[in-house]
Amino acid sequence: MSGKMERVTVPINVTVNGVKHEAEVEPRLLLVYFLREHLGLTGTHVGCDTSQCGACTIHMNGRAVKSCTVLAVQADGVKITTIEGLAPEGTLHPVQEGFREKHGLQCGYCTPGMIMTAVHLLETNSSPTEEEIRHALEGNLCRCTGYIHIVEAIQWAAQRMRSSHVSS
Amino acid sequence: MFPASFGYFAARSLEEALELLTEYGEDAKLLAGGHSLIPAMKLRLATPRYLIDLGRVPGLSGVRIDGEALAIGALTAHADVASSAIIRQRLPGLADAASVIGDVQVRNRGTIGGSVAHADPAADLPVILTALGASFVLASPSGKRTVAAEDFFIDFYTTALAPNEVLTGIRVPLPPSGAGAAYAKLPHPASGYVVVSAGALIIRQPSGQCASARVALGGMAGRPLRAGATETALQGKALTPQVIAAAAAKAAEGSDPIEDAYASAEYKRQVAAVYARRAIESAAKRAGQKI
Amino acid sequence: MSTEHTATGLIGAPIRRVEDPVLVTGKGCYVDDIHLPGMLHLAVLLSPHPHAKIVSIDTSAARAIPGVRSVLTGADISERVNIPAPMVVPGMKIPPHPPLARGAVHAAGTPVAAVVAQSRALAQDAANAIEVEYESLPAVTDAEKALEPGAPLARTELDNNVCFLSTKTNGDVEKAFAQADHICRMHIASPRLVAMAIEPRGAVAKPEPAGDLTMWLSTQAPHRARADLATALGFPEHRIRVIAPDVGGGFGSKGPLYREYVLAAYLALKLGRPVKWIATRSEDFVGVIQGRDQAMTSELALKKDGTMLGLKARVVANLGAYLYANTTTPTQRMMGMAPGCYQIQNVHVEVAAVFTNTVPTGPYRGAGRPEAVLNIERLVDKAARELGIDPLEIRRKNFIRPEQFPYRTGVNVEYDSGDYEKSLSEALRLSDYQELIRYRDEARERGELVGVGVSTFVEPSGGAGFESGTVRVERSGEFTILTGSSSHGQGHETVYAQVAAEKLRVSMDQVAIRHGDTLAIQQGVGTFASRSAVTGGGAMVIAIDRVVEKARRIAGHLLEAAAEDIVQADGGFAVAGVPGKAVTWRQLAAAAYGGRLPRGMEPGLQETAFFDPKRDAWAFGSHVALVRIDRETGRLAIEKLVLVDDCGVILNPLIVEGQIHGGLAQALGEILGEHMIFGDEGEVLTGSLMNYAVPRASDMPPLIVGETVTPNPFNPLGVKGVGEAATNGAPAVVANAVMDALAPLGIDHIDMPYTAPKLWAAIREAEAKRKG
Ligand SMILES: Cc1cc2nc3c(=O)[nH]c(=O)nc-3n(C[C@H](O)[C@H](O)[C@H](O)COP(=O)(O)OP(=O)(O)OC[C@H]3O[C@@H](n4cnc5c(N)ncnc54)[C@H](O)[C@@H]3O)c2cc1C
Ligand code: FES
Ligand code: FES
Repeated sequence: MSGKMERVTVPINVTVNGVKHEAEVEPRLLLVYFLREHLGLTGTHVGCDTSQCGACTIHMNGRAVKSCTVLAVQADGVKITTIEGLAPEGTLHPVQEGFREKHGLQCGYCTPGMIMTAVHLLETNSSPTEEEIRHALEGNLCRCTGYIHIVEAIQWAAQRMRSSHVSS
Repeated sequence: MFPASFGYFAARSLEEALELLTEYGEDAKLLAGGHSLIPAMKLRLATPRYLIDLGRVPGLSGVRIDGEALAIGALTAHADVASSAIIRQRLPGLADAASVIGDVQVRNRGTIGGSVAHADPAADLPVILTALGASFVLASPSGKRTVAAEDFFIDFYTTALAPNEVLTGIRVPLPPSGAGAAYAKLPHPASGYVVVSAGALIIRQPSGQCASARVALGGMAGRPLRAGATETALQGKALTPQVIAAAAAKAAEGSDPIEDAYASAEYKRQVAAVYARRAIESAAKRAGQKI
Repeated sequence: MSTEHTATGLIGAPIRRVEDPVLVTGKGCYVDDIHLPGMLHLAVLLSPHPHAKIVSIDTSAARAIPGVRSVLTGADISERVNIPAPMVVPGMKIPPHPPLARGAVHAAGTPVAAVVAQSRALAQDAANAIEVEYESLPAVTDAEKALEPGAPLARTELDNNVCFLSTKTNGDVEKAFAQADHICRMHIASPRLVAMAIEPRGAVAKPEPAGDLTMWLSTQAPHRARADLATALGFPEHRIRVIAPDVGGGFGSKGPLYREYVLAAYLALKLGRPVKWIATRSEDFVGVIQGRDQAMTSELALKKDGTMLGLKARVVANLGAYLYANTTTPTQRMMGMAPGCYQIQNVHVEVAAVFTNTVPTGPYRGAGRPEAVLNIERLVDKAARELGIDPLEIRRKNFIRPEQFPYRTGVNVEYDSGDYEKSLSEALRLSDYQELIRYRDEARERGELVGVGVSTFVEPSGGAGFESGTVRVERSGEFTILTGSSSHGQGHETVYAQVAAEKLRVSMDQVAIRHGDTLAIQQGVGTFASRSAVTGGGAMVIAIDRVVEKARRIAGHLLEAAAEDIVQADGGFAVAGVPGKAVTWRQLAAAAYGGRLPRGMEPGLQETAFFDPKRDAWAFGSHVALVRIDRETGRLAIEKLVLVDDCGVILNPLIVEGQIHGGLAQALGEILGEHMIFGDEGEVLTGSLMNYAVPRASDMPPLIVGETVTPNPFNPLGVKGVGEAATNGAPAVVANAVMDALAPLGIDHIDMPYTAPKLWAAIREAEAKRKG
């Protein structure tokens, strides 16, 4: 929105998980709170206040970003995917399945962010090495799992996605 | 976690951004990727009254070759600098530096212009850009000017940018053939920012001698520091591991690094030599030297 | 006690977790996900000062902000409202711990004022608008310094900084030391750590129309929280319902009833509206109880051949400024484990628990165990080096032998079972130990800093009294199991269902495990101290056995057979040897609730059991590490790590592995870089993730995990805890390896964490000394 008037709220248009939303938001509202509190998409979590933990990771126009470090107004006109929108209701994305298969989560708090980062990775690199996976997770902290099962979960998903890609 | 209230403008053109900046002056802050500004606002360490969002200004991002230089739009995201085919081919040292910034998510949002304008002494890009002899294009209502990295970075979070200026692009001279550049970083184990880093640009003669060297250090002062003694020690010498090591050992000469709870000044001086050596070695290799 | 397993094979199988489909799709419900109509938001202003008098608080600007509903300071709350802390050690000092500071703050992060407003952002605006005038008081942050004469008083209302002293003595320590050929001495300080559960603390308090109070808390122990809340507020316990929804990690740190939880409840009751409080990470850094921070001074008396004769240890434990209910736990744990896995009967241990102007401490994964293991295992290694004995040999010579169990140690606790030699041999085998030694020796020849370390350790699990379990057979013949042990990542819903389904001979989906709600669940304790499988699992199995017994009698009645002839069959019971004569659980439930019961039997099919193992289950393990230190930068690389743990019977290997990995990551934090540092004036220097280094995915070392299985004879499942194994053992093994790497330089001690700058400085100093 442009204009020289200072306004209390600003209108935005955002497409979240394929659904268009129009909203009036305070400029200071962080995208993560827009998703959680205005849209009720509470799968995106907040784990820190210094942009380090990655629990809030979502996709903006296909890229993994930390939604705690984006203003909702910056998302005007943007397409967003959250953990709730990764797979149709009742099904799991291969990465979600991988996390379950390999015990890639314990308390589950970091998990949505981890999964969103992993999906972004596999979309840009379909067969990452273990080292590449660990590097890609640099912006996501997990305090429960020690990461080993998370890495295995992502490898499992990569394998699954490659084979379904070949077969389809 | 909750920024103080502010007024928000999404500029649609550079002109509009400049107009707004002139109007609101010191009360306003430009917003690029927001990855330095928003964290500071969340902790209320920064409480700007107005934000002018550059995010929708067209023409400010992308990488292209412009004559003898690489022209990078200020709004180009770190991830795009890191993955740009032109940069990887012609200036891999810059791609190296962009790819070790923060993490994937940060690189997807943070911009090269924001990093340069913010001038965090623990940032990566200012260091490599100083080594590469980059210059910055600054636009104001009265026109454009270009400032060399050396003159641009002044001190902690302080640059040559005037309050009414917008950084629109970065120009990096394309190195001649026989040149190589590299970047080596010791990241802080918690923040991932620079403890100490080194960027090197080595121009090598076919004979294996060093024609010229530019070495810049990060984390050692309020701004990127040129390692003058190291550069002089390389000049005209054969780029052997011994020569490089001896030159790199002088990297911290004359510096007075800032200490913190993690690293002492002494430690920083020590690792500056190590990372300078690593950067010079990789740069020399890229320049064609066998080490 | 039923230890024989029925044939369905669920116990011990790597079953995928039933919790996961909800959590991987973002449908979990953590405290911050709870939204109630009319809900208000609480923000709390914390003191930045470690120690200060509060001269004045001006809340007028905060009150003037539209949308602000209430502003409170310490003066507004009755002096009777305090965080309860029990008298764990007789005579210990328990200074007041109000939810909002009254007159003075004794640690950075102490709540000073509370604001309730329409939104979190507004509440924050208002909290920031409060002006507090402080008058600085001298602060002390180091516990050993706090004991020195003339040290500032951390709690000005006391006359010194000692909360309590406790000692344990056994045998004839002086004689042992008099007879010794050698005495090995050591001082070692464990770093102060932050638990850093990724979900920060949070609470939602809801006043109910009839005057009751419902609270959703991010807690590991809902029943305890309820009791403590009742005490704190003077509110009837039976009118409080505490719900622990999904909890995003705890590691001990979500045991206490936090001040903000009390404030949320207090304000919700006062305003008659639901109130939510969610901590920010910065607030958690100074608000959550912190771990470790024990300084240990020890002496080990030995014979020339390495036989250990006696041990003296003095532990100075930093409690911080305020007491929570479990603040003292780590000190007691440390004492109870002092002699480790060695036969040392002449022992004197003393603990000085000390107040300082720092964030309160308390249990954090390990809770005194990592300190104890570090102490004895470093001491043993150092003694071996001083006596010129191989570190394996000195251990083997002094191990408690398998035939000595149950073994009463020199600090008067009984170890149930163990085979330390077997564990060590397995770790040596898996690590290819001789090859590691060869590799190290070759590297050393080249002047490289490479080291190999071993540590063998015991660790108590269970503890903290009873746990409860209820097994209810529903009318449908399906099962609801209520456990007092509430889960926050440990997979109770899976593991308990595995055990229950196997014992009941039904499929897992016929069993629902419920936990974390004081209204639904009988009294319970909670999940910590690696106690869930041991104590909570034990209670559930006893309840199952009782249900099975009753059902067997009903089956006999229905099938017109003697109860002795009735055997469990898949899905129900059958008459032994008579094919086709069987009843299902559904039929049994119908009989139990429909009155078709043997004469005199009570209707219903539900049993509750309370189980207190009365003793800890002593898990143990052996770890081996290979490390390398870069001389130029001081960077520590763990090149190989072998962990062999024995947690008794394994219920689900996938989950056990996950616990070991997670515990290891937390150990690595302690080893590599986590350290809560207070400056000279007591200021917090590492109060954020920008400077407090939590391990990332790329920090995990190459790892080999092995196991030995020594069932615990004293609980129904034969299990021991595993949740803390790697956290307890790994710091010591890496410490031993690092000191081995640095031994050629004459370095024999550096405290953790082993940050690169610290190791580099030590190397440099040692080299300068050798030259100079
Ligand atoms: C978790 C995390 C980790 C990070 N790790 C690193 C790291 O390891 N290394 C590193 O170098 N950086 C790191 N960063 C910082 C990151 O690189 C930022 O993106 C960068 O410093 C700022 O770029 P931005 O586009 O986000 O700028 P913004 O935050 O939008 O702006 C920063 C400042 O620059 C000004 N500004 C922005 N653009 C312009 C312009 N075109 N003209 C004039 N002024 C302008 C703004 O007004 C503001 O004052 C990290 C950030 C985070 C959140
Ligand atoms: S909430 Fe921690 S990075 Fe966004
Ligand atoms: S699963 Fe608990 S933080 Fe990752």
